[in-house]
Amino acid sequence: MNKFAKIASCVLAGTMVLSTSAFAADTWKVGGIGPTTGGAAVYGQAVANAMQIAADEINEAGGINGYQVEINFQDDEHDAEKAVNAYNTLKDWGMQILEGTVTSTPCIAVAAETLNDNMFQITPSGSAQECAAGANAFRVCFTDPAQGTMSALYIGEHGLAEKVAIIYNSSDVYSTGIYETFVTEAESQGFEVVSVEAFTEDSKTDFSVQLQKAKEAGADLVFLPIYYTEASLILTQAAAMEYAPTFFGVDGMDGILDVEGFDTTLAEGVMLLTPFVASAEDELTQNFVSKFEELYGGIPNQFAADAYDGLYAIKAAAEASDLNPDMSISDICEGLKAGMTSITFDGLTGAGCTWDENGEPTKDPKAMVIENGVYAPME
Amino acid sequence: MTFLNYLISGISLGSVYAIIALGYTMVYGIAKMLNFAHGDVIMVGAYTVFVAMSSSGLPALPAILLSMAVCTVLGVVIERVAYRPLRGAASPLAVLITAIGVSYLLQNLALLIFGSNTKSFSTVVPLSPLKLAGGQITISGETIVTILASILIVVGLSLFINRTKPGQAMLAVSEDQGAAKLMGINVNGTIALTFAIGSSLAAIAGVLLCSAYPSLTPYTGSMPGIKAFVAAVFGGIGSIPGAMIGGILLGIIEIFGKAYISSQMADAIVFAVLIIVLLVKPTGILGKPIREKV
Repeated sequence: MNKFAKIASCVLAGTMVLSTSAFAADTWKVGGIGPTTGGAAVYGQAVANAMQIAADEINEAGGINGYQVEINFQDDEHDAEKAVNAYNTLKDWGMQILEGTVTSTPCIAVAAETLNDNMFQITPSGSAQECAAGANAFRVCFTDPAQGTMSALYIGEHGLAEKVAIIYNSSDVYSTGIYETFVTEAESQGFEVVSVEAFTEDSKTDFSVQLQKAKEAGADLVFLPIYYTEASLILTQAAAMEYAPTFFGVDGMDGILDVEGFDTTLAEGVMLLTPFVASAEDELTQNFVSKFEELYGGIPNQFAADAYDGLYAIKAAAEASDLNPDMSISDICEGLKAGMTSITFDGLTGAGCTWDENGEPTKDPKAMVIENGVYAPME
Repeated sequence: MTFLNYLISGISLGSVYAIIALGYTMVYGIAKMLNFAHGDVIMVGAYTVFVAMSSSGLPALPAILLSMAVCTVLGVVIERVAYRPLRGAASPLAVLITAIGVSYLLQNLALLIFGSNTKSFSTVVPLSPLKLAGGQITISGETIVTILASILIVVGLSLFINRTKPGQAMLAVSEDQGAAKLMGINVNGTIALTFAIGSSLAAIAGVLLCSAYPSLTPYTGSMPGIKAFVAAVFGGIGSIPGAMIGGILLGIIEIFGKAYISSQMADAIVFAVLIIVLLVKPTGILGKPIREKV
């Protein structure tokens, strides 16, 4: 009896192994990479959660071309080397499509690998120019240079300021990239850049000097192409020295309202250029936001929206080119490339989004202002 | 006026370095080891206060006392578990590397427990800022309290070391551990006491650091820790008033470097100054050659 049970269970286990491997060829294996721990974890977690929401929705609605989607998300701690390790882990798992990575520096490292393997890659939020340099790489968000140009254009066109100060992180490609194009575009706009100050990763607690200089230069707007963590300190320190210009940020500012313990009244009036607002009234956004809140708590940020759109863009492209998961990684990549450039995609981060052959999206940014503790669209 | 504002910014940054440097210098002066985990004990202290105040609703003072208790226990445990077994190891490097290991351990534990999201620390200092010259110069309450606390600690520690028995034992241990042992001094106990005091100072430093710069992450302690170490060396490591002077000077140099040379180069300038000081006066500003450490 005992022996029989053992044999029976072995046989059963054997069939189960066989059946899972037989199923595996019939699912899309989409890998994700991003920082779920470390200083940028807010972004990685948002992306991982949103990808799961999108995958569940797609699976419920019958999958991509009739095949279910499987997600495997790996942590890279916002570190290039760990991101490449995560990529190799995912390849061992059998990944066919990569949605990632979340942050720019690791993304550049992984993009080199995916180009080698001709693995399709779409980064939800890697905004440095090089993230989508390869023919196999696309992105959902805007590039850093585009964000800088658009911010300068927006400030100029809406006459938000006459004198602008900039505080940026010179040790970060994201921040530096935005800063450079902002300054270039600013030359042809009707405002003057009166003060440019930097800080580095190693000295990002005291901003009194940078703010003091902006104040003395008479800046009525301070452009902050940086992440929200430092921005929250800048706002606190500006308030302490009673300096109240308009603060204008880009997508990295998204998240400032979620800093635990931060006095959000300090963020009142902060403007930011971002393609996604959780408070938008359309059905797509409402549905996504309520699901996200229910499953993970908290309001999804722009990175979550980018990730959600990324998976749906993969779906749209795969359907346009009629792909299936039995094809080789390289064939899937070629098919998705053709698909991506042919689709017009309506997502959370913009309607009528199209992609060119360089993998860059075309869509309109939205300007937001923080009012009463929430992001409100600006006129 | 601008100059004065920068000077005040420098002093307020420097006072935070000073209070951290006191802990470094205390432990180095007596145990002759660099406790690289000191910055992370600071972080633990700050988290303790944050949790006590925001979750348990404790008022500031009991929260700080609790945090000092937690850090004291932590410091003694670290010393007992990680450093004591290596004391007298063939190479003094062993204990240095262990300290770096402890530092990473604490960071990653904090990451596990509290997550990586930045917490904004609300100040524990009820003082309103001091305004001078018709509001053109503002000295924040945190700066005043930090400087007063540093001075109190310098005076308190000096009195403790020079006037009490355990303090005298510390002096003896710092001069010569072997001889101290022969004289009947409990060397292990004395070093544990040093760590206890150093770590409770770390708790105070953590609270004041995060009150002045209200951003708390598991990595909050590491960079100020390194800068404070520089400050301690600058002032003469092992010298208690030296740590305070070194800290404040370092803060002023950093802010002036940012203000008048380049905001990107601030750290490079700080470390360049350190190199120059060490070339000219290898023992630091107040360091005296070998004798009279502490």
